[in-house]
Amino acid sequence: MAVGIVGYGVYIPKYRIKTEEIARVWGADGENIRKALFIHEKTVPAIDEDTSTISVECARNAIQHARIDPQEIGAIYVGSESHPYAVKPTATIVAAAIDAVPELTAADYEFACKAGTAAMQTSMGLVKSKMIKYGLAIGADTSQGKPGDALEYTASAGGGAYIIGTKNLIAEIHDTYSYTTDTPDFWRREGQEFPSHGARFTGQPAYFKHVIQTARGIMSKNKLKPDDFDYVVFHQPNGKFPLKAAKTIGFEKRQIMKGLVTPYIGNTYSGSTLLGLARVLDEANEGEMILAVSYGSGAGSDAFIIEVTKENEKRRNPKPLQGYMDRKEYVDYATYAKFKGKLKGVKLEKP
Amino acid sequence: MSRKVAIIGIGMTKFGELWNKRYRDLITEAGADAIKDAGIEGEDIQGLYIGSMSPGLFAGQEHIGALVADYSGLSGIPATRIEAACASGGLALREAYLTIKSGAMDIVVAGGVEKMTDVTTSSATIALMGAGDQEWEAFKGVTFPSLYALMARRHMAEYGTTIEQISQVAVKSHHNASLNPHAQFPFKVTSEQVMNSAIIADPLRLLHCSPITDGAAAVVLASEEKAKRLVDDPIWIIGSSSATDTIALHDRKSLSRMDSTIIASKKAYKETKIKPEDIDFAEVHDCFSIAEILAIEGLSFCKLGDGGKITENGETEIDGRIPINPSGGLKGKGHPVGATGIAQAVEATLQLRGKAGKRQIKDSENALIHNVGGSGATTVIHILKRG
Repeated sequence: MAVGIVGYGVYIPKYRIKTEEIARVWGADGENIRKALFIHEKTVPAIDEDTSTISVECARNAIQHARIDPQEIGAIYVGSESHPYAVKPTATIVAAAIDAVPELTAADYEFACKAGTAAMQTSMGLVKSKMIKYGLAIGADTSQGKPGDALEYTASAGGGAYIIGTKNLIAEIHDTYSYTTDTPDFWRREGQEFPSHGARFTGQPAYFKHVIQTARGIMSKNKLKPDDFDYVVFHQPNGKFPLKAAKTIGFEKRQIMKGLVTPYIGNTYSGSTLLGLARVLDEANEGEMILAVSYGSGAGSDAFIIEVTKENEKRRNPKPLQGYMDRKEYVDYATYAKFKGKLKGVKLEKP
Repeated sequence: MSRKVAIIGIGMTKFGELWNKRYRDLITEAGADAIKDAGIEGEDIQGLYIGSMSPGLFAGQEHIGALVADYSGLSGIPATRIEAACASGGLALREAYLTIKSGAMDIVVAGGVEKMTDVTTSSATIALMGAGDQEWEAFKGVTFPSLYALMARRHMAEYGTTIEQISQVAVKSHHNASLNPHAQFPFKVTSEQVMNSAIIADPLRLLHCSPITDGAAAVVLASEEKAKRLVDDPIWIIGSSSATDTIALHDRKSLSRMDSTIIASKKAYKETKIKPEDIDFAEVHDCFSIAEILAIEGLSFCKLGDGGKITENGETEIDGRIPINPSGGLKGKGHPVGATGIAQAVEATLQLRGKAGKRQIKDSENALIHNVGGSGATTVIHILKRG
């Protein structure tokens, strides 16, 4: 039985801050950072946007695209590392907002930047075993970067929602494969406001090792090689890492550029791979093959082999990512600091 | 004090970000290689000196002598950690040399090790600043790049040294490192890349600065009698000297020269009756590109102020008049601070044995190694001779 994507939806906030503006505040060389990390600008969530609002936006868009009755969704999983509540699910907020309540199961996931793809895998299992008709998998974040830290140039906000089912698929997921180790490259302890990271340790032994092993693993399992894919999408903490990983494995620029969105919207963490994949799906045609590989610090990767169907051409996503990417308003660092609640003593009261 | 001392075995780990190797793995790996190279057994070793600058801050580990003896399977023998910031390795070599020369022991291992990448860059910077004056420099916000930037500025002002000349040091180091399989950065860079790299402390840019590195090196030293019996190609340490200067840069007589290097080299040349022009190549302490210029001037390979010019002219290249840092130096090979002084001895021995591969300097007989602590408060120099 085929399993795959019935519909998907994306959302990113409209505010942007440029790399140079952040660098200006910290006395750093913005142009150098922009080139070194391949990051031009990132999204900034407005003061009233959080992971739940972003999740609801992209879930609504996914329903609109899939043209299904939300009551037929049997499971909702929201992957994020910035759930607004430590205790109380984001998934229930989404379920209520799209009117999928009450006969469904729901839970929040966390696996750094790959919780969204973990949600896709769970949904695949549930629909394939016929426990549910549709599963809704969401990856969304309003990620945190400590002021002045290298992460501040990339940590952004956005999300993607995927409705997983067995019929009317716009893309079939042929296989999924995961690779997991205990590698502490990036973490945030309970109660801490900002994450910590192992600087260069987040590169070779963390991101590259997992992404490359996972991509090679799923290709070898399915007897496929880089040439067999039209597109490849990797988790994209910045613009540079996925390009380097792609080159190492043997992919060419033409295969990766379409799904490389971080240079223009920043690293949306749990949304990152899902948004890159969405940008490819927005334009992909029947028979085109996509390899998608997420990465979550801590650490692990999930890979998917996806083949686009004719349905995707017949039923193009009415709200493509490009539309959201073009809709933008730049803010300065002061406004960004206000929106992100970084101003000391001027915190938005949360109930 | 008439006994001769030789290097009879060398060992060295790859230098770099060695995420999967612990502090103790690094030094035992280098030590085992050196012992194997010398063709001796563990029970032949009578003592250990380990140069290590800041394992407490980098890895939470002190009591290094006993640790290294333990993990080398040598528990029971005396083992001593030597610390003089980035000159720790050079001083460990000197202590091992003096121990044999005094007649107290016949076979001693001198090692050097640092595991620097388990902490963040800012923590590493703080640990390294322990090499300066904590009260008068560190507390005021000064870091090592800025101290060497001050020296660079002064050198440029007094002698007209250009940033192009300073950059040429890094270009040459990277070229040599590209020929060294143990190097952290085995690739070439252009002068343009150096001068366009991120600014660290004006005028010094990223590619003027040596990196944060994990690594270890070890050498086996033996008395003349033992050396001749054990190996065919002993490399003799014919001179060893060390000198100190004020801990803080601002107390120096001059910022544009390194007096500890000048004093130590004069002593070494006098002791060995070898003149600077008799030295066939040198491994010097280029923690920053300007430091190599100060070093080659202080070692009298050229006049004070001419270091930039002779670098620009290619005189310090592998096939030049006085090859400097054929290993790639601290810049290209990497700088695990405590290991550096020993790694210099490893390179000099390899070269004098004629086993340096693609970076081999032809017909070399006398080599000088120069290891500096802090901004020049300690210099250690050894002169090595073939045959």
